[in-house]
Amino acid sequence: MEPFTKHTGLVAPMDRVNVDTDQMVPKQFLKLQTRKGYGRILFYDWRYHDGEKPNAEFVLNHPRYAGASVLLARANFGCGSSREHAPWAILDYGFRAILAPSYADIFYNNCFKNGILPVMLTNEQMDELFRRVEDKEGYRLTVDLANQVVTDDFGLNFAFDIDSFRRECLLNGWDDIGLTLRHQHKIASFEEAKVHAPHMHVAVDVKHHHEQN
Amino acid sequence: MAPRTLFEKIWEAHLVHEEPGQPSIIYIDRHLVHEGTSPQAFAGLKAAGRTVRRPDLTFAVMDHSVSTKNRLLPVVDDDARGQFDALERNCAEFGVHLFDMHSKNQGIVHVIGPELGITQPGQTIVCGDSHTSTHGALGALAFGIGTSEIEHVLATQCLSQFKSKTMKVEIRGPRPAGVMAKDIILAVIGKIGIAGGTGYVFEYVGEAVRGLSMEGRMTMCNMSIEGGARAGMVAPDETTFAYLEGRPFVPHGKDFQVAVDYWKTLATDHGAKYDNTITLEAAELAPMVTWGTNPGMVTRVTGSVPDPNSFSDPVDRKAAERALEYMALRPGTPIEDISIDRVFIGSCTNSRIEDLRAASKVVAGKHVAKSLKQALVVPGSRRVKAEAEKEGLDAIFRDAGFEWRDAGCSMCIAMNDDVLLPGERSASTSNRNFEGRQGKGSRTHLVSPVMAAAAALEGHFVDVRKLNLQGVE
Repeated sequence: MEPFTKHTGLVAPMDRVNVDTDQMVPKQFLKLQTRKGYGRILFYDWRYHDGEKPNAEFVLNHPRYAGASVLLARANFGCGSSREHAPWAILDYGFRAILAPSYADIFYNNCFKNGILPVMLTNEQMDELFRRVEDKEGYRLTVDLANQVVTDDFGLNFAFDIDSFRRECLLNGWDDIGLTLRHQHKIASFEEAKVHAPHMHVAVDVKHHHEQN
Repeated sequence: MAPRTLFEKIWEAHLVHEEPGQPSIIYIDRHLVHEGTSPQAFAGLKAAGRTVRRPDLTFAVMDHSVSTKNRLLPVVDDDARGQFDALERNCAEFGVHLFDMHSKNQGIVHVIGPELGITQPGQTIVCGDSHTSTHGALGALAFGIGTSEIEHVLATQCLSQFKSKTMKVEIRGPRPAGVMAKDIILAVIGKIGIAGGTGYVFEYVGEAVRGLSMEGRMTMCNMSIEGGARAGMVAPDETTFAYLEGRPFVPHGKDFQVAVDYWKTLATDHGAKYDNTITLEAAELAPMVTWGTNPGMVTRVTGSVPDPNSFSDPVDRKAAERALEYMALRPGTPIEDISIDRVFIGSCTNSRIEDLRAASKVVAGKHVAKSLKQALVVPGSRRVKAEAEKEGLDAIFRDAGFEWRDAGCSMCIAMNDDVLLPGERSASTSNRNFEGRQGKGSRTHLVSPVMAAAAALEGHFVDVRKLNLQGVE
């Protein structure tokens, strides 16, 4: 996973509440077996007319937002399905950071697994950012994870909170599985201790049940 | 020891490692897998040279893309077939038990888990699907995870998680006739909104909850995620133990008694503190119908499509305007005046035997409206299907003009060929009414099974309580 330290980029606005992950990646694209290539698919039904002809009305298709890498969003961004295809699409499209007042839990978690930084700001701060991106064509933001601050070229300076562990993992691009496996011996001890509690995680004799098939 | 909630008891019993300032590592008792979200996880596992740590605790099933028609025909969708093949290969390679599309025990993952006794009280259960919360009905901590976390669980049998907050969701008093578990949970979500539960695990309590069967509890827990909660649970009781006894993967004989003795400890202690509470009076509940594009946009069947101007928050107003435009609904339209094109009785929310029995009582001896384009019944599993056929429910539905199908996720997510055409409107017993959920431009109204059945007969929504149904509670 690519580490995230500091990123400066063009900003694009998604001025809608409760944007769900079905909108980000519709179900027909859940049949693919890759983690890549979903950038073309992001917000598919909003972004394209039939035959994949771009919908000029859709905000991300406006030429002024081409190449955007910082996404502004509203409350409860990423609600609904757990599909990690949603952050894969966000990343593959080119976004590295999202700024919103709140996120749905599963989506929020999934972002960190993919090197996307989901920043939480207040509603007032988000309102200000939506105003600025509207007023200033070519509006850019710098999202600095190390210093936990969002800045622009016009004196804006918004500090943000983030869990320190998540911050460390993202700054270093650490692999989750590798981190957990540092405690391998504890996993093994846990399993040994519970082997006499059959109701907890009983080792199921699947062969007996194979006949049931 | 200080009094603890059910959630805290399960959480603490599964802690492998915790340290300040970090998410905890918790052990996972059951890892459920389906073809939609697992291919990349297995691929990642292999690429890193890792293996499945506990194949004996991992159970896979084909459900999301399976055909509900003739499964003996070759799968025409190349991508879906690719996923089925990948799941088969991966399960064979790693020794994971797979209920493939031809298995007698196949079905929607969240239907077969409890049905086969794979998922049990006190367990931590995960799956790459947000409706994993369903298994909380058994008194388990069950929640959805993304593909990267699937890979993590495959490799370590653990998950790295921040501890959730707890919310008591109390439904007071007995459940009125005509109001089903689906209506209760829709009312909860209507009250708190789809983000009301973010950061929380729900525990459902109260007379109306206790009075629900296991299947009713599953319906409620299933939609916890739609209220923003990670998971939902109901403490196990005699209803739970009776449900589990004798199921294939549940301990037998003396071991069952040992298990029950432990399961009886899985209750929130007197005096335990929840981080938050919400309360609903069951007597005030009614059959519900969603009108908008998320499950929180819901009202009583006796109500009307709201006027966006009635929302004081400009954000809610704008969202309602957009929803009404997408759904092609006008403010003030009585819900009972809304006509539908297709009816779908199915999904992990409502496709179990009791749902089918209740719906069959509504339609017995009657016929779907001439205006209806299609009415589908998709049993949640092949066991449910077989039981229903034994009881003659399939004949009742067919005589009434319903198509009787094979088990799978079907029109809930519309990844197979069970879809709505653009602009069509459905009465659906599923769990999501997002834009495009049942097909591009589809308009979904979420309801209970009896409400879906009644709507099928009339071609529009009706208040089931007016139907004077015998034997349908």
